[in-house]
Amino acid sequence: MNSTNSKNARTLQYCLAINEALHQEMDRDPSVLIIGQGVKSPWYVGNTALGLLEKFGTRRVIDTPVSENAMTGAAVGAAIVGMRPVLIHPRMDFMMYAMDPIINQAANWHYMNGGRGKVPVVIWGIVNRGGEQGAQHSQAIHGIFAHVPGLKVVMPATPSDAKGLMVSAIRDDNPVMYIDDRWLHNVKGSVPEEPYEIPIGKATRIRDGKDVTIASISYMSLLSLKAAEELSCRGIDVELLDMRSVKPFDKDLLLESVEKTGRLIVADVGWQSFGFAAELSAFVSEAAFGFLKSPVVRVALPDLPTPAARTLEEAYFPKVDNIVTAVHKVMGKS
Amino acid sequence: MEHTVTLLERLYRTMLTIRLCEESLVDLILNGEIRTPCHLCSGQEAIAAGVCATLKPEDYIFGNHRSHGHYLAKGGSIRDLISEIYCRDTGCCRGRGGSMHVLSPDVGMWGAAPIVAGTISLALGAALAIQTRNQGRVAVSFFGDGATGEGVLYESMNFAALRKLPLIFVCENNFYSTHMPIRECRPDVPIFKIAEPFGIDSRQSDGNDVLIVYKEASRARELCLKGEGPVFLEFLTYRLRGHVGPDDNIQGCHTDIRPDCEVLEWQKKDPILRFERYLIEESLLDERVLQQIKEQVEEEVKEGHLYASSCSFPRGSDLDRYVFR
Repeated sequence: MNSTNSKNARTLQYCLAINEALHQEMDRDPSVLIIGQGVKSPWYVGNTALGLLEKFGTRRVIDTPVSENAMTGAAVGAAIVGMRPVLIHPRMDFMMYAMDPIINQAANWHYMNGGRGKVPVVIWGIVNRGGEQGAQHSQAIHGIFAHVPGLKVVMPATPSDAKGLMVSAIRDDNPVMYIDDRWLHNVKGSVPEEPYEIPIGKATRIRDGKDVTIASISYMSLLSLKAAEELSCRGIDVELLDMRSVKPFDKDLLLESVEKTGRLIVADVGWQSFGFAAELSAFVSEAAFGFLKSPVVRVALPDLPTPAARTLEEAYFPKVDNIVTAVHKVMGKS
Repeated sequence: MEHTVTLLERLYRTMLTIRLCEESLVDLILNGEIRTPCHLCSGQEAIAAGVCATLKPEDYIFGNHRSHGHYLAKGGSIRDLISEIYCRDTGCCRGRGGSMHVLSPDVGMWGAAPIVAGTISLALGAALAIQTRNQGRVAVSFFGDGATGEGVLYESMNFAALRKLPLIFVCENNFYSTHMPIRECRPDVPIFKIAEPFGIDSRQSDGNDVLIVYKEASRARELCLKGEGPVFLEFLTYRLRGHVGPDDNIQGCHTDIRPDCEVLEWQKKDPILRFERYLIEESLLDERVLQQIKEQVEEEVKEGHLYASSCSFPRGSDLDRYVFR
């Protein structure tokens, strides 16, 4: 999807790009460890943890019992005393058990201790949905975490960003929520061999355009690119921003783009209301109202629990068509 | 059991420091000069003092809402504590935390938080870090009987036992969880037994006898260092003040429902008075030495207040500092 300038870049799957980030960081820094349910099992974490246990052993690759609250707290506690844990929740839905250590403890820790405690933890959640799994195997709750001061939230859409943001998340001295998506795991892209960081809080412009800006995140960036290609055949020139970071998000690039195009679609993998899409819309309305030629439109999940039956899933998950329709809507209103 | 004079003086001084510090807050809380909610540990000092006396600075402790004593016993500065309670910029948390968030990482007090049982898993993580790094140290989690209602305690015991982590669970059972008597919170089974199904070395002791506490904590530390952890210690004790503030009958909207006769019984078992009597009766420490220590501590506490009350509050313009590192 995007190319990199590194001469050592080659094609790699998204899941293996994450895997490479983990290998390289665990090699470089003995304080990095990975802990969570299913780190030994591709059924849980796909190929993201391949080879880690064999290489780093059971003290640094820790597969855990089903105790999301305590395991997340343990990662937070280990971070407080100087480790750099990567705590994985193979399905984001199960993070609900871990809200206290994430929100009450990790997010607040540095502030409420007057800067005298730090929590360099990565809390990694996989969005794992579809296949008639139903409501509790499908949620993307980045909006909830982004609401909380003291957390950073990143959601890479491409293999190269998946690696670079994992590296950045591990090296950040603050709690970072790293959220990927099973639907992205087999996507291939160009990934540099060497370790590198993608800065947290910086979006990337995937496509230059002048008619409308689409600001998208995670899987929706894939769909948005397809929508952009389709729309260009119809004479509509889309500027596509893959936001990459939910919080902090790239206000400068977003504003620059909206000031240019005057129209904004936000494409989010979460629910429509009270989330990331709502936040970008509110921000742009406050900061760039005079530039808008039409209201900001959100393309996201409807405010409904996720159904199981494939016919309902079909109606539920946004498709390229939904994005195309949204673009027509904002174009029509100018 | 033989104890050095140094140790006896240390235990006495620590308990007294905690008591005088806690009691010095009472009037200021009642007159409103101190607003942050203070969960005073008067009456429970022997546990903090006895446990921390066996720990080294590199051992990790995590506390809860009632952690002034843990902080002081581990070696935290009186000034920094009192400043934090006054919410001044010079406090241990720069006035951002208040009474319920005290820490001093330099002496191994790594944090406290009032979400009941919220720091148990943090201590678990510290123990995990110790094991990963192969260090000869222990982690200690202080919590109360109320925390035995929280699931994360059982998750933590399970994982600690599974991996034989160097973690000491210290349960200060003062028989009340805010206003709820323990018999309304859990069946009539001693708390220490909750660790037994996990195969954890677990026992119950008199938490108002500082030498017993010291002995149990020392044994627990030894076991952990040998790789035979975790250990669960239940200490029976009683708080002489309110759940929060000096007197639940004066403040808040719940009255102290503890029977007067019960409070009186426990006042007789005051850990500091008991220790004083023991030291004098056994001719271990001279009365004059005890008096000297008392005067020194009084002076330190007084100085702490003079200092803290003269320091400035954090500036409103500094509101957004310390969100991120």
